[in-house]
Amino acid sequence: MSAIFRSMDCVLDVSGLRMRYGQTDVLAGVSFTAGRGEVLALLGPNGAGKTTTIEILEGFRMRSAGRVSVLGTDPAHGGEAWRARTGVVLQSWRDHSRWQVRELLAHLGRYYAPYSTPGLTRPWDVDDLLATVGLSEHARKRVRTLSGGQRRRLDVAIGIVGRPELLFLDEPTAGFDPQARREFHDVVHRLADREQATILLTTHDLDEAERLADRILILAGGAIIADGSADQLSRAMSTRCEVRWSRDGQRFVHAADDATAFVRDLFRQYGESIQDLEVRRTSLEETYMALVREAENSGPRRLTAVAA
Amino acid sequence: MNPRLLAVRAGLSRGGIELRQTLTSPTDLITFVLMTGGFLAAMLSARHTLLPGTAVSLGTSRLVSVLALDVGMYAVLWMADRLVGDREDGTLLRAKAIPHGMLGYLVGKVVSISAQVLIAVAATLLAGAFLVAGLAIGSPGGWLTLAWVLVLGLLATLPLGAVLGSLFPNTRTTALIFLVLGGLAAISGIFYPITRLPVFLQWTGQVFPLYWLGLGMRSALLPHAMAVVEVGHSWRQPATVAVLLAWAIAGLVLAPVVLRRMARRESGSRVAARREKAMRG
Repeated sequence: MSAIFRSMDCVLDVSGLRMRYGQTDVLAGVSFTAGRGEVLALLGPNGAGKTTTIEILEGFRMRSAGRVSVLGTDPAHGGEAWRARTGVVLQSWRDHSRWQVRELLAHLGRYYAPYSTPGLTRPWDVDDLLATVGLSEHARKRVRTLSGGQRRRLDVAIGIVGRPELLFLDEPTAGFDPQARREFHDVVHRLADREQATILLTTHDLDEAERLADRILILAGGAIIADGSADQLSRAMSTRCEVRWSRDGQRFVHAADDATAFVRDLFRQYGESIQDLEVRRTSLEETYMALVREAENSGPRRLTAVAA
Repeated sequence: MNPRLLAVRAGLSRGGIELRQTLTSPTDLITFVLMTGGFLAAMLSARHTLLPGTAVSLGTSRLVSVLALDVGMYAVLWMADRLVGDREDGTLLRAKAIPHGMLGYLVGKVVSISAQVLIAVAATLLAGAFLVAGLAIGSPGGWLTLAWVLVLGLLATLPLGAVLGSLFPNTRTTALIFLVLGGLAAISGIFYPITRLPVFLQWTGQVFPLYWLGLGMRSALLPHAMAVVEVGHSWRQPATVAVLLAWAIAGLVLAPVVLRRMARRESGSRVAARREKAMRG
């Protein structure tokens, strides 16, 4: 019973994943899982192995050791039917520059048609997909004439044209301007909500991770050192809050371990002269910096915020 | 529908789309005209010189050999060059990321490049029919020979191009293929009858498909008496079939192995690394 449950709802199941290049362990025992419809953000400093991890899961790179199950299959031996259930958003460069946008999507979609199931028609209808990523008015343009943001949306469209159950996004918004970033986030939200797709993305942008992801994994020193929602992580990392207020035109800042008790005291002492009160929990950025620093100094210690 | 069959059909239409893109691209057309024009100029320079002991001009003989170059050079070079380019810019990785995408990609390449080669052959023949005298065109036997030489020639050269394309690291190095093919043309009896070369060069030339492509083309399009300038005073058609077939089989066995090995190593980070390298210059 539990095995059936796992195979149906556990989309990603990674344990003890290792990757060794020469004498260096890039990944030294990475473990995590993801369920259907979850959006996971993989964070970590440069060289922490984010891209290596995602490429192993995509089936594009062989691992040194460990157990990996993606949609119930080992990606090292994933066949074409398995491939049809995954989507990979690649960064475009000059590829297919002469193709028209609609023509390219229609062509790449064709390969997915034999993999339709009774509940899921593949591929995605091209015009519908163009509308979803906001490229309808550029359907007949050649790929090379698109702007950077439009091209990136085309990358996403190509990644999801087969209606993947699992989508990989490696640094999807690198080089985006704020507006393109916002539009891209909308597409990801729609995908997770409407299509129930599981999404694994890597990013350097902590705001993006907080905005998009249900769960954040922090990869440092070759292992996952934190796993939880942004809120859970900051709670688990520190109970300390920053309290700001002003009194008689003067501004004050105080870091409190028990913010509630501190504020209660504050009001007891000064009553109505307290103004502009703000209580802020540690931001994801602060949590992230603290965790990564700790991992670099003392080696990885796993911080798991289990509440999900 | 069977996914493989569907990928083959998608590949056929991919080939058609790529062909249309090439034929409507000014850069591609100019390159094509310059290359074909260069071959034709080389042949016209000798259109009044008769081959000793025959009634056919050197130019006519060269024109027919140029048809062999159209197949041998273009098929190998274009296949290798496109494969290296498509690996560099991530086209191959996209193909790899979709089910049976590599199959469709390869079918598309074979279709579009074969079509381009056939267009080059037709253009050369057409120009030759007006510019040189003495072509034995019009006999059904000649056309039939031309057809099987073309088919066998493509089968012998396209996989070779795919193997080379898998082995060369980037588009800057593929110029080397062009140089090697140029050198090979010099010892393959394309510009002068191979019998005028030193014996060891004759033997080296006869190892490669380019010589046999040329011989096959000449047997299809030159008067029968012209065989006197060939090795053994004969068109050696059975040997032509055997050698081209041997290259085709070797290529078709080797190419999937090499291609698979090359494709297996492709990933987003490799494409990104090449992009950075190319952008730094």
